[in-house]
This record gives sequence, C-alpha cells and structure tokens, in this order.
Amino acid sequence: MVCNDPCCRLHSRFLVGAHMSLRTPLGQVLGQGSAKDGTGHFWGQRVSGMALLVLGLWFAYSMATIPGFSHSEALAFIAPPLNAVLLLLLVASLGYHSNLGVQVVIEDYVHGHATKLVSLILSRFAHTFLAVAAAYGIIKIGLGA
Amino acid sequence: MSNNGRPLSPHLSIYSWPITMTTSILHRATGLGLSVGFIVLAAWLLDAAVGAEAYSAMVSYLDTTVGRVLLVGWSFAFFFHLANGVRHFVWDVGRGFEIRQANASAWFVMILAVVSTAGFWWVRT
Repeated sequence: MVCNDPCCRLHSRFLVGAHMSLRTPLGQVLGQGSAKDGTGHFWGQRVSGMALLVLGLWFAYSMATIPGFSHSEALAFIAPPLNAVLLLLLVASLGYHSNLGVQVVIEDYVHGHATKLVSLILSRFAHTFLAVAAAYGIIKIGLGA
Repeated sequence: MSNNGRPLSPHLSIYSWPITMTTSILHRATGLGLSVGFIVLAAWLLDAAVGAEAYSAMVSYLDTTVGRVLLVGWSFAFFFHLANGVRHFVWDVGRGFEIRQANASAWFVMILAVVSTAGFWWVRT
C-alpha cells in the first residue's frame, strides 16, 4: 500500500525503507497479486464448495434411499422438477469445482509449458462436456422427451 | 554426536508422520477420484435419458466386483472430501491452526468419513 504517514510523504523521495512498497502503482490498483488473477480462483473454489456441501449431501441421501437402480427407478428419481433442478445445480457446481481442483493439480505437477497449457485446456473441455452431457440427460428426462 | 536427547525428526529412521499430512494428501487424492466419479455420474444421467438398453449396459459395469469396490471408494472419497472441505472452511476464517486442534480435527474427519461411508452402505443395502 502507499504510505500516507506524514513523515513518509515528506521524505519519501529521499528514503528507501520499510514504509515504501515494492509493488508498482499499477499492481496496487489492479490488486491481482503475483499470479495475475487475484483471488477469483480461491473464491470460486469456496463458494462452489459451499453449494456442493448442500447439493452433495442431498445427492448422497437420495442415492442411499432410492428404491433401486433399474431404468424405471432411475427415471422416477430424475424426472420430478425439484430433483431435476437440484441435479442440474449439482452437475453445474460439480463441473466448476472439479475443473478448479484439477487445474491446481495440473499447475502443480505438469511442468512443460506447452504440456501444461494443453492439459489445462483439455481438462476444461472435458469438464464442460461432462456437465453439458449430464445436463442434457437431466433435462431430456425431466421434460419427458 | 551428542544432541542432548533432542529428537532429530524429520529424518529417515525416526520421522514421525503427521496425521495432518495424511488428510492433506487424501484431500487432493479424493478430489481427483471424485473428478473421475463425475464421468460415471454424467454417464449414468445421460444413459438414463438415452434409453433402457444403454442404461442397463452402463449399470451392469458398476454391478461387478470391481464396480462395487469403486463405488465404495467413491462414497468414502465423497464423505472425506466433504468433511475435510468443511475443515478447510474453518481454517479459512482463521481458526483451528494450533497443532493440537489440527491433529484433532484430522482424526475427527477421518473417523467421520469412515463412519459416514459405513452408514451410507448400511442404509443402501
């Protein structure tokens, strides 16, 4: 941060000490940190995690108490509007949360620049594909098409 | 070499593995496992929409010894990642960082995950 202490303002052009920030003025304004993307990843992971806490427990409860896993029993579970909406929210937040998690793992363990970039793009494509495929299935069953 | 009986940890022969290390590694491992499980969830929902034939083929893969072991694994991964995720939320607001608290919450999460997994399959079967 810029130091507004009077002594600092008076002498800043002469002093290089603890009161002076090493960050550039542009960096201070943008507030993005050294990773250049701020706290967006952190917040995305936490908020989707909170959603999954609720949706995940609902899904686990449903899977424990669903009468069986025949085709008709699966349809009877997926089709009701409330279940379909909760399932849509589940696959959306799961795809988002999982993509953020896998992204960190790739960034940690895949080292070549090109390999890392390709892995990150493929991971995002795969997560988007899975979420959209699951959503298509839920909506198709929900609308009885 | 005299060291007045002080522990030399960390060192190969006397390193004391902290339980918090286990939960940290497990959090990432179960997260990755659940990402793979997302494939199965998406396949289950899509195949249910496609039709009875595709659906029963998909379910028959899961209704094998390997499939059942994987499902038990995914249920444990789910409960562990969920419980340890809540532990991370507590850390995010700045609480629970003392070594004794972190060790206690690590054991609590481990036990809760095992008990939840057992409870889930007890209700299921």
